[in-house]
Amino acid sequence: MNFWEYLGSRHQQLLADAFQHASAVFQCMVVATVVGVVIGVVTYRSDWAGNLATITTATLLTIPSLAMIGLLIPVVGLGVPPTVIALTLYGLLPIVRNSIVGLRGVDPSLVDAATGIGMSRLARLVRVELPLAWPPILTGIRVSTQMLMGIAAIAAYASGPGLGNEIFRGIASLGSKNALNQVLAGTLGIIVLALLFDAAYVLIGRLTIPRGIRV
Amino acid sequence: MSETAAETVEGAREGGGGHDATGATIRLESLTKRYPGSADPAVDSVNMEINAGELVVLVGPSGCGKSTTLKMINRLIEPTGGRIRIGGEDVTHMDPVKLRRKIGYAIQSSGLFPHMTVAQNIGLVPKMVGWSKTRTAERIEEMLDLVGLDPGEFHGRYPRQLSGGQQQRVGVARALAADPPVLLMDEPFGAVDPITRDHLQDELIRLQHELHKTIVFVTHDFDEAIKLGDRIAVLREQSHIAQFDTPEAILTNPADDFVSGFVGAGAALKRLNLTRVRDVEITDYPTVTVDDPLQEIFNKIRASGTNEILLLDRRGRPYKWLRRGDLMRARGSLARAGTLVNDTVTRDATLRDALEAVLTDNAGRVVVTGRRGEYTGVVDMETLMNSVQEMLEADRLDAMEHQHDLEEARTEHNRHEQEGVGGGGEGEA
Repeated sequence: MNFWEYLGSRHQQLLADAFQHASAVFQCMVVATVVGVVIGVVTYRSDWAGNLATITTATLLTIPSLAMIGLLIPVVGLGVPPTVIALTLYGLLPIVRNSIVGLRGVDPSLVDAATGIGMSRLARLVRVELPLAWPPILTGIRVSTQMLMGIAAIAAYASGPGLGNEIFRGIASLGSKNALNQVLAGTLGIIVLALLFDAAYVLIGRLTIPRGIRV
Repeated sequence: MSETAAETVEGAREGGGGHDATGATIRLESLTKRYPGSADPAVDSVNMEINAGELVVLVGPSGCGKSTTLKMINRLIEPTGGRIRIGGEDVTHMDPVKLRRKIGYAIQSSGLFPHMTVAQNIGLVPKMVGWSKTRTAERIEEMLDLVGLDPGEFHGRYPRQLSGGQQQRVGVARALAADPPVLLMDEPFGAVDPITRDHLQDELIRLQHELHKTIVFVTHDFDEAIKLGDRIAVLREQSHIAQFDTPEAILTNPADDFVSGFVGAGAALKRLNLTRVRDVEITDYPTVTVDDPLQEIFNKIRASGTNEILLLDRRGRPYKWLRRGDLMRARGSLARAGTLVNDTVTRDATLRDALEAVLTDNAGRVVVTGRRGEYTGVVDMETLMNSVQEMLEADRLDAMEHQHDLEEARTEHNRHEQEGVGGGGEGEA
């Protein structure tokens, strides 16, 4: 059976896996974005808190993904929970770091002007600082998503959802006639998903970055 | 005094009610800012009283604390000591967010939010103080008009699509949008080119003529201070007031070496900027128009006793200077005779402009014109010299009188304090 025949006969299974993969990454990204931006907002004003947040999330990222999931299984069990937790933690670093950098990069004279014309702290954050920091934050989200696409494949190790299952099945049955096809289908599927997500981010950028600061 | 204070408090509370809203008094009472970890205060006990509708310029070398002083008025920097009263009301401890909505604030490089359109920027404060949508929208158009930008064209633009001068205008429009009685300006024209700066200054003078806000303006440019200020406070380090007086008084009678050093060379020349051509004597010159018959022109020249006569065009505008011999040499043709008038000044021009024109003119005089360019008179070197002499003499007398008054007030005050009366009662007034 060649690769195209394989795709033809297994397309239903593959589409289901791809959908689950995308859905897992998407949901984890939403959580990571909310948590990451909140951490950024809370810590950017102070030097040490900002650095602490960046270093902590950077340390999390250095834990090998297989090890992280392995460590989570005894605590939260198999399946979806370890996948979601691991993906969310991995997704934090680019978002936290870019939020802090973006918020700190807002022209101080604009912050001064916002306060000077009578904006409350919250209004200043929501109406001036976050919109101006949004382009770098969005870049962080984009980088994060690309990374999670790959890492999510490891989730199959903990019986998690996604295209990783295809890859692991192939690796487990190396030498059999469909092994290569399985690995190839999983990998290419992930690449296609990553490209689709990236295209979506370009669109989101066009829609959400105000015209006045679009490059 | 107490009456005007009561009125302005009322104005401030309503958030302004249209064009006749005037400024509020500002009183700084031993205002002090001390930063932790530094021995000397950044601003040391500033006392200042700014009248309603007055434009006061704080001027001084960089690092003298003038900006800090300004930012303490809207409490962007919290004072560590002293009091601020605006329109008689003590605002030292009121909610700073509410306070700032009643105080316009314009800063260097405009401070416009780049992600909002011009209209959104201007509408920010009216929205925050709860104006209705239609009222805000009307106000935005009105403000754009006020600062000389076409509402239809600039309404939807983003700040980066504007020139530096236009951004600064929008910055001022935003500061004035909710009609605050007080306007603080922190070196607002520091980042634009000299020509634009000049325009913006003229514009501000015009605005202030219409609006009568209380404006506190910070700059390090003494010429700008002279041009704009009703009164100027020259500050030295720690915001100590070296002199607080009218531009005329500071130019002619600087309080000490620091002030005269800051005024710089050419005080008399700078003084010329403060007087307009309409304030000096404009001499009348014999004139003829191009439609007059030649014979009459001859007669007039002969009868006038002066060497020259001014030829006006059909609309009464100065056209040519005619000398006695000119007509002869041109064989009676007006088209060829005489020298063209190439430089005129209006009655609103400063004496400096007039002097400039007189100096470049080969005969040392310049024609003064009215609003539509029509002839109104002539100013020459001699008139200018005389006026300047008189002006400086008058300034000197004023300054002496003023100093005398101050000293008298001071002795009176000391006497009161020694008698143990006056202090508390006066503070309340």
